[in-house]
Amino acid sequence: MVNEYRSRMNQLIKNNLLGIKELSLEEIELIFETADNFKDVINRPIKKVPSLREVTIANIFFENSTRTQLSFELAEKRLSADVVNFSSSISSVKKGETLLDTVNNILSMKVDMIVIRHSSPGAPHFLAKHVNSKIVNAGDGTHEHPTQALLDTYSIRERLGSIEGKKVVIVGDILHSRVALSNIFALQKLGAEVMVCGPATLLPKYISALGVKVELDIRKALNWCDAANILRIQLERQRRSYFPSLREYSLYYGVNKEMINALDKEIIILHPGPINRGVEITSSVADADNALILDQVENGVAIRMAVLYLLASKLE
Amino acid sequence: MSFQMQKRLLLDNQLLQITIQRLCQHLIENHNDFSSVVILGLQPRGVFLANRIQKVIQELEGCYVEVGYLDTTFHRDDFRRRGIPKKASETRVPFLIEGKDVILVDDVLFTGRSVRAAMDAMISFGRPKKVELLVLIDRLHTRQLPIEANYVGKQVNTLASQYVEVGLKEQNGDDSIWLMNIEAE
Repeated sequence: MVNEYRSRMNQLIKNNLLGIKELSLEEIELIFETADNFKDVINRPIKKVPSLREVTIANIFFENSTRTQLSFELAEKRLSADVVNFSSSISSVKKGETLLDTVNNILSMKVDMIVIRHSSPGAPHFLAKHVNSKIVNAGDGTHEHPTQALLDTYSIRERLGSIEGKKVVIVGDILHSRVALSNIFALQKLGAEVMVCGPATLLPKYISALGVKVELDIRKALNWCDAANILRIQLERQRRSYFPSLREYSLYYGVNKEMINALDKEIIILHPGPINRGVEITSSVADADNALILDQVENGVAIRMAVLYLLASKLE
Repeated sequence: MSFQMQKRLLLDNQLLQITIQRLCQHLIENHNDFSSVVILGLQPRGVFLANRIQKVIQELEGCYVEVGYLDTTFHRDDFRRRGIPKKASETRVPFLIEGKDVILVDDVLFTGRSVRAAMDAMISFGRPKKVELLVLIDRLHTRQLPIEANYVGKQVNTLASQYVEVGLKEQNGDDSIWLMNIEAE
């Protein structure tokens, strides 16, 4: 039944990728299927296809990023798109220009698609309403980071065969994490059971309203799950103290080898990066065979190629 | 206004088999021992033909020719021009084509654009010594690019409005090929 539907769908319904919340299961499956093909492409001696050679994409990053920006840029170049990069530290934003003016100026230079990261939740949604372009959200504040959730779930699916019925725990700073929210939506749409685990101060008050389990004990959480997605403590977003010290956080919530060995089953470990070794995860866990961390990075390029390819096909 | 579907049989089950046999004989004539020959079937139906050709050559000559699959979706020049994008299929070329004689295999040669895209896709796997094209049906006078086949199963005169329907057993067809015609009465 699912297969039948999948083969019928050739195109995304949405014109932008703003969040996982707005995506349908069929659209996620289509992105995964397309990413399968691109993963094949990036593992060839010549890692490039000419599909987007007449498309120009601007990566506008109002917030620091290494991995995501690099990953998007590689994805764009492997599709043969022309790429321009823009980061707020070197731009006229500093001179008082509004977001809409900045973007309209970029679009006037005949740019077709926008990849945007912004510290304000909803910035990509605002743009999508006001400009006639294809917008990809590369992270908006503490709201969503859809391509990260897509590559996380894609990596789990790749390792475990499917997502349906699997149990996934997201560990750490849920309160400040856009990765957590997008992952919750993606995992639930794909049929997984989701749990969040962390110190009570770092869990949003009404998180259980999203239909996720809440667990404060990391050992119980690891025992329950098939896959654990371990998040970084986002100190840069924390305006006050949520726990006494990083050392104490690490003592209670840092995932170490001893915890993993104590489980009576094998679980897989994900981390969206950047890793703070010795804080939320120890090196022996991060570098083990069941850690998908580097697979996630590789899959990130394939997923972003798929998203850009599918959206570009809707350009007029 | 009513529409009537007219169709004309181009190849039936038996003729298709004979045609593939003949194409293989022709290949054998031109390539002595097949040691440096690889076959690339174009997705979707060229793949099935490539597999059949591989089998027949093995039966006739006792030599094993490697077969790969090429998908041309990401190399097409009509991306964003044909409305809904074509969905990609698997590309599988588990060998190097550097210095090899490559035989591209497809079911129907129409405008020549798939073959151009296929050559583009193929180059990603190395630089072949020589490239040849084998097609089952060659539609005459419809080419939009200067591309011709080296081995042709059957040549037919067609109009651009007509289309060739290929029903292979591998896709639950009955191994027959029809020229379809939609005409208003």
